[in-house]
Amino acid sequence: MGLPDDYRLMARIRRFEERLAALKDDGEIPGSIHLCNGQEAIPVGACRALRDGDHVTATYRGHGWAVARGVDMVGLFAEMMGRDSALCGGRAASPYLSDPSRWFVGENSIVGAGVPVAAGAALTAQRTGSGAVSLVSIGDGAMNQGNVHEGINLAAVLDLPLVLVVENNVYSEMSRIEDMVRVRQLAERAAGYGIPGRVVDGNDADAVAEAVTEAVTRAREGAGPSIVEAMTERLVGHYSGDVQHYRPAGEIAAARGREPLARIRQAADPALTARLDAIDAEVAAEVEAAVTAARAVPFPDPATAKEHVHV
Amino acid sequence: MSESLRYIQAVNAALTWALDSRDDTVYFGEDVALPGGPFGATKGLHKRFGSARIFDTPISETGFLGMALGAAMTGLRPIAEIMYADFSFVAMDQFVNQISTIHYSSNGRWRAPLVIRMQQGYSPGACAQHSHSPEAYFAHTPGLRVALPATPDDAYQMLRTAVISDDPVVVAEARMLYPTRGPVRTDAPVEPVGGARVVRPGDDVTVVAWSRMVGAALDAAGELAEEGIEAEVIDLRWLNPLDFDTVAASVARTGRLVVAHEANLTGGFGAEIAARAAAECFADLRAPVARVATPDVPMPAAPALQAAVVPEAADVVAAVRRTVRP
Repeated sequence: MGLPDDYRLMARIRRFEERLAALKDDGEIPGSIHLCNGQEAIPVGACRALRDGDHVTATYRGHGWAVARGVDMVGLFAEMMGRDSALCGGRAASPYLSDPSRWFVGENSIVGAGVPVAAGAALTAQRTGSGAVSLVSIGDGAMNQGNVHEGINLAAVLDLPLVLVVENNVYSEMSRIEDMVRVRQLAERAAGYGIPGRVVDGNDADAVAEAVTEAVTRAREGAGPSIVEAMTERLVGHYSGDVQHYRPAGEIAAARGREPLARIRQAADPALTARLDAIDAEVAAEVEAAVTAARAVPFPDPATAKEHVHV
Repeated sequence: MSESLRYIQAVNAALTWALDSRDDTVYFGEDVALPGGPFGATKGLHKRFGSARIFDTPISETGFLGMALGAAMTGLRPIAEIMYADFSFVAMDQFVNQISTIHYSSNGRWRAPLVIRMQQGYSPGACAQHSHSPEAYFAHTPGLRVALPATPDDAYQMLRTAVISDDPVVVAEARMLYPTRGPVRTDAPVEPVGGARVVRPGDDVTVVAWSRMVGAALDAAGELAEEGIEAEVIDLRWLNPLDFDTVAASVARTGRLVVAHEANLTGGFGAEIAARAAAECFADLRAPVARVATPDVPMPAAPALQAAVVPEAADVVAAVRRTVRP
């Protein structure tokens, strides 16, 4: 995938999230949402290493992974609007949506809970010999959850084809991760599980793709799990109502100069800049069309609220 | 064909059947493969089916239950063993937030066909952290099927039913029943999920029990018959799906209801049965519903103290007498 394609996918995620924020402000989306603005290069780079059949598990900040994995954008908007989406019928909304047709095991609103589940998808791949890998993304704060420790250790001792991507955006919800751990880099913990751990620039899709490809290759070859820690920054709050009083003045403004889309633009020559402008316009039209289509999706029939508790 | 088996042997036979008849079945938990399980439930299975089908996990209930969910969602039919039911509490997120919710929250697009096998209840010398009867926690959680086999035959039949179910099923056995022996219909067709059973007919009072308390209720019924009280004993078997129709039909004839379980009294599943009876059988009831349960104390370890709190046949007899001759 070349630069314009990466840029397009990252722009799609960015525009999608910005549109979500506006819909939230307008009252079209109930509940809180957790946006990934600034972290787009991680799912875009990582998904470049994946193929059909590889399962992806994400956190509640997982819209970028859903978009990067090709989950239908109309369904995503409709799901978050509480409509009868083709994804989860309005039962999951922003923090817990999934899509089996795109091997998107989905989000989880319990911090770190996706890791053991992703280990299960890796177990299926291993036992059926499908050759698939299971990629799970967690935030930096999740590294302190017991379920993450248990899931990684299980994957390690069973040599499961699991790739753990830690999106280190410096904040564990609303607290700095440096106040929550005594290691300098979270990937150092990989040594404690006897598996490889790497730190990469999470605002560089190429760097992420290279590191995740190495981990995926290792997993496909039966050599077991790896940890890739991708360093990034959040351009928005932990959740939609977060005013971020806990962040130092100027921090977000500085991050805007380092975020992945700005970085590509800074390095681009005039010819490419024009191409990127055109991509932005195309993406904006595409996202707006998805919003319009989502608004046409009906709200769920209340009579169905008790359906699907059991098979 | 019916074989005489001990309860624990019936569990082993059901697991053998599951691993034999379905290639997508895998079995894992702590000490289940090479060691064969602390009670011998999986004895011989590793030798027969190998490490790809049955394997030991680290001591990490949250991890391997989550792994069971992910595996079930993507094509396997895992059976995960919780060694003691008490250990399920360290992994309650898996039961309440993960395993039970995915089918609903995906609008039916994912399935979680997995079984969580455990054993529960007191035994002499077992402390508070090895004696819980947590069935009410699971029955309180929408999405989980809950099975409590009380006989060797049900240990075999209900575990097989759980394995072929497309829903997540918690199968809670009773450790104290493991040595009991009885006929097991090893060639019976696999039963559908659910269904209470009248295990002793009677006209004077309905006694609803499950797990170890079914035997206690039958002993009580035998004793009560000598004084002219005919107790109808119902083995509830499944708490989800709950077969309340069988209970209501019995209460319509007897007019009296006693519920007996080993779990603690407050908020126990007996409270649910009593509430349902009050709502649906009010006109039939000629006496208040009585509950037999362990009082609200953590389980002591000393047998002399356990005997003071654990419900037995005598407690059922006393409850029935209060109900029939107030």
